[in-house]
Amino acid sequence: MTTVMKVSGLSKHFGGVRAVQDVSFELGENQLLALIGPNGAGKTTCFNMLTGQLKSDSGSILMLGKEMTGLKPRQIWRLGVARTFQITETFASMTVSENVQMALMSHEREMFGFWARAKDRYVPDALELLMQVDMADQARRPCAELAYGDLKRLELAVALAHSPRILLMDEPTAGMAPGERKSLMALVAGLVGKGGVSVLFTEHDMDIVFGHAEKVMVLDQGELVAAGTPAEVRANPLVQEIYLGQPARIDQSGDEGAADA
Amino acid sequence: MSDAPFYFAQFLTGLASASSLFLVASGLSLIFGVTRIVNFAHGSFYMLGAFTAYSLVNALPSGIFGFWSSVFLSALLVGLIGAMFEFVVLRRIYRAPELFQLVATFALVLIIQDAALWIWGAEDLLGPRAPGLDGAIEIFGERIPEYDLALIVAGPAVLLAVWLFLHRSRWGTLIRAATEDREMAGALGVNQSLLFTAVFFLGSFLAGLGGALQVPREAASLLMDLNVIAEAFVVVVIGGMGSIVGAFLAAVLVAELNAFGILVLPKITIVLAFIVMAVVLIVRPWGLLGKPQAGQHGAGEPEQPLRPLAGLPLVAALIVVAALVLAPAIAGDFMLVLLTDFLVAALFAASLHFIMGPGGMISFGHAVFFGLGAYGAALLVKFAGAGMIVALAVAPLCAAAAGVVVGWFCVRLSGVYLAMLTLAVAQIVWSIAFQWQDVTGGDDGIVGVWPAQWAASKAAYYYVALVLCLGGIWLLHRFTHAPFGYGLRAGRDSSLRAESIGINVHAHQWMAFVIAGGLAGVAGSVFVFSKGSIFPDELAIPRSVDGLIMVLLGGIKMLFGPIAGAAAFTFLEDIVTRLSYWRAIFGGLILLIVLAAPDGVAGGFARLTTRWRGKALQAKP
Amino acid sequence: MLEARGLETFYGGAQILNGVSVHAGRGEVVALLGRNGAGKTTTMKSIMGLVVPRKGSVRFSGQDITGWPPFRINRLGLGYVPEDRRIFKDLTVLENLEVGRQPSAGDGPVWTPERLFELFPNLRDRQDNLGSQLSGGEQQMLTIARTLMGNPSAILLDEPSEGIAPVIVAQLAETVRELKREGLAILLSEQSLHFARAVSDRADIIEKGQIRYSGSFAELDEQPEILRKYLAV
Repeated sequence: MTTVMKVSGLSKHFGGVRAVQDVSFELGENQLLALIGPNGAGKTTCFNMLTGQLKSDSGSILMLGKEMTGLKPRQIWRLGVARTFQITETFASMTVSENVQMALMSHEREMFGFWARAKDRYVPDALELLMQVDMADQARRPCAELAYGDLKRLELAVALAHSPRILLMDEPTAGMAPGERKSLMALVAGLVGKGGVSVLFTEHDMDIVFGHAEKVMVLDQGELVAAGTPAEVRANPLVQEIYLGQPARIDQSGDEGAADA
Repeated sequence: MSDAPFYFAQFLTGLASASSLFLVASGLSLIFGVTRIVNFAHGSFYMLGAFTAYSLVNALPSGIFGFWSSVFLSALLVGLIGAMFEFVVLRRIYRAPELFQLVATFALVLIIQDAALWIWGAEDLLGPRAPGLDGAIEIFGERIPEYDLALIVAGPAVLLAVWLFLHRSRWGTLIRAATEDREMAGALGVNQSLLFTAVFFLGSFLAGLGGALQVPREAASLLMDLNVIAEAFVVVVIGGMGSIVGAFLAAVLVAELNAFGILVLPKITIVLAFIVMAVVLIVRPWGLLGKPQAGQHGAGEPEQPLRPLAGLPLVAALIVVAALVLAPAIAGDFMLVLLTDFLVAALFAASLHFIMGPGGMISFGHAVFFGLGAYGAALLVKFAGAGMIVALAVAPLCAAAAGVVVGWFCVRLSGVYLAMLTLAVAQIVWSIAFQWQDVTGGDDGIVGVWPAQWAASKAAYYYVALVLCLGGIWLLHRFTHAPFGYGLRAGRDSSLRAESIGINVHAHQWMAFVIAGGLAGVAGSVFVFSKGSIFPDELAIPRSVDGLIMVLLGGIKMLFGPIAGAAAFTFLEDIVTRLSYWRAIFGGLILLIVLAAPDGVAGGFARLTTRWRGKALQAKP
Repeated sequence: MLEARGLETFYGGAQILNGVSVHAGRGEVVALLGRNGAGKTTTMKSIMGLVVPRKGSVRFSGQDITGWPPFRINRLGLGYVPEDRRIFKDLTVLENLEVGRQPSAGDGPVWTPERLFELFPNLRDRQDNLGSQLSGGEQQMLTIARTLMGNPSAILLDEPSEGIAPVIVAQLAETVRELKREGLAILLSEQSLHFARAVSDRADIIEKGQIRYSGSFAELDEQPEILRKYLAV
């Protein structure tokens, strides 16, 4: 399998806290790779370094054969890497369609146009992208009125606008209803299946992770502690311990602690 | 070698000036740290301290005790006034958008201006020398006033006292905690309202003290307020918001720059301070000892998506334009002058709105661009013998060039730093215009800048203004609807998202400053030919605030808000300025608007209608 | 002691809480379980007055505290330990405690820094260190200690075990039990089922802003489908 992204020795400290510590992994072409871990494990920090929003202390990030460390988010995007946000980031004062049109105009390097009516640019293309995420019927609504799940889908449409080769999704289904989650991830899996885009995503919803990811990596306290197929990760006792806490130690210290059945 | 004592003396003079500056700046910084309010009126508190001390020193028995108790009592009085202002006005608008708070504090500036004029008159008042400290001490052969030496000690002494208060008392600890995280402090039982009032008292007390201490050195005058506030902003920006030690270091730095700069460039020392500020902000965008700030507060509901002008609004706009075109047929000369003023104000406000609305950046010094356009045109006529057309074409480019410089800095800063920087720039350019007599004519301004022969009649020039100003507004409207304007709004809505789809947010914001600057310059150059003259006032802080008030009146979320705001403002001003003490009246009006509609005039209107509807519903069985 | 009824809370247009009711009595630890984004933190903030619910009411200590400002709620004896800890980083450990200090409002235990250092021995050696110099676990202890300085009779503990090393988690569990023995009412939000089970008397499970289950852990164990549906892996 060709590698589209190769991360080696990525580290980040905040003050005295080691947020991410020596993380290395690869994303293969047309792969759906999940990065999981409990709250505070460093997933978002890791993510923000990949998208250029945060500078790493050390380590390197190669994407599509180019060194990405030190590049700005917009430069990384130009090279064919799109992202979605954990808490949606959209343009609240624009319509749904306009949000997508922005990405299309930017891709065509039209942002410094002073004359054209932005509203009329790439409307059919935007509609097509919105159709992909099943949002076409809401194209003309103000973005600020959307339900959270719809915002998440809009983010995906925006991310797909410049036909990215790598898609980074930070908790793509957080805040969505269960039914919506499945259809969104099915959609993403479909895109990967069609070829052309490789996806790295973080996620809390284990049904999503284990239902869709080809490979799962587990981050805990800033370090990668496990990686493998969903089945392997699921069978890993360390991972279970990280997720459900460590029953043994808590109960030992308790004088009235409930027994762990 | 022989110059060394002189330089040393100069150094000491600088230190003495630094003390007062530090007192003002530290108060400003404290208040901002806790309440997140940029207190425009802080310079006014300083001025009040000086005037009050002057009166008290003369009223109380002379002598050491009398002098120092007057200084202390003045500071106390000013502190109480500050606390009262917080209690009566600001407390009601903490949740309102930043702009409302700024404008409210500016209203206080206007009121205090007129109050001081009414109580103390327009004359500068020099207080007596401080008893016991009225001599001079010879150091290295240079005579240094004893009072200067006392001030040199006073600055660090106050720094120490404030530092001890902040670090060793419960209140100080609470203030520092609230500076870091107000909400958490509240959840731990800290009564924010009380703390805010206390901080306002302390900050105003320090400003009053700074002013009172200045009385034996410098005459109390009505210009003190805005002069010192600009310098204090520079100090606070250099030192870092919320840092008292930073404010001290920066005050020393700025005061020494003034002390030595005066030897090199006597007239424009403040330019030096500006250069230092620029350098500091490039290296450390949050000042020497400042900390990066958390996001801004109170953005409110997002605005509606833009709609192209069509339907009823288009008809209304066309009617207004038609009325303006036909106006000379019925309006007299006086009305035409007023309408010209309105057109100038409308373009000025629209250009400011372009930065603030779609751009989401607060500019406090928009008059700079207006003034540069006006002065540019006047200077072209005066020195280059340019005709009206050439002047009107070239002068806006000067303003746009200023937009390039100011914008370059501004897009690197956020929120309050940006506001302060724009204000400082405005004040600096004002002081250049004010002091560079040979070129700008100083206070006498430049006169005799009249339109070309063919445009000499009021009606003809009205059409020149109509074409240029409406043209400018139309351009802004067009840009707003173009991809550029959308990119600008994208950066405002979510710079994270904008950057992650390849939009260069900084470049957009920078360009917005250039465009807005250029068009404000058009307004300025149209203005100068309509009046035939230009004075430094057109560059000063109040002119910038006029723009803010117009934008505020019209509602920042409305595309045509600034035009409505400019209309309301122009006609209101025309009526109010005929009255004596119009500043105070105007300030009172602004406070009234701000208090009556803290969520914006448009918001207040909406609230009224819903309340009315609610009542109507209740009335029905 | 503490009772919230029918809370409906919005952020902008998005409804986060859909009629949440929770209650906790004296000396009772109630676990509010749910995944990320289920509404745990918003429930806590709505009770504390940090966000104002559009509907519903909160009663505490016999008073209706709906719509009160947070500082008054705190002074009535309700402490809040936020999920993100929100230590004052520029203040020392002792100063952080000082900010939390309030006279005792009711019948809760009375705390001093000295007593708190007995409960959290790690903090004793760090008392003059700045908040920013503490490790994650120490910050978590400090944020609890700081809240206890207000001598509360009830506390809201938002995800205390999050991102904390296992040894410290065990210590925290002991602390929660100790506070329970002191008679505090505790509403504890958790993702970690084991931690919650080890310290709590009963569980409320929240999902998408609604309470989906309310009852004992024993009953919960008999309904694994609930666990899987709303919490599990």
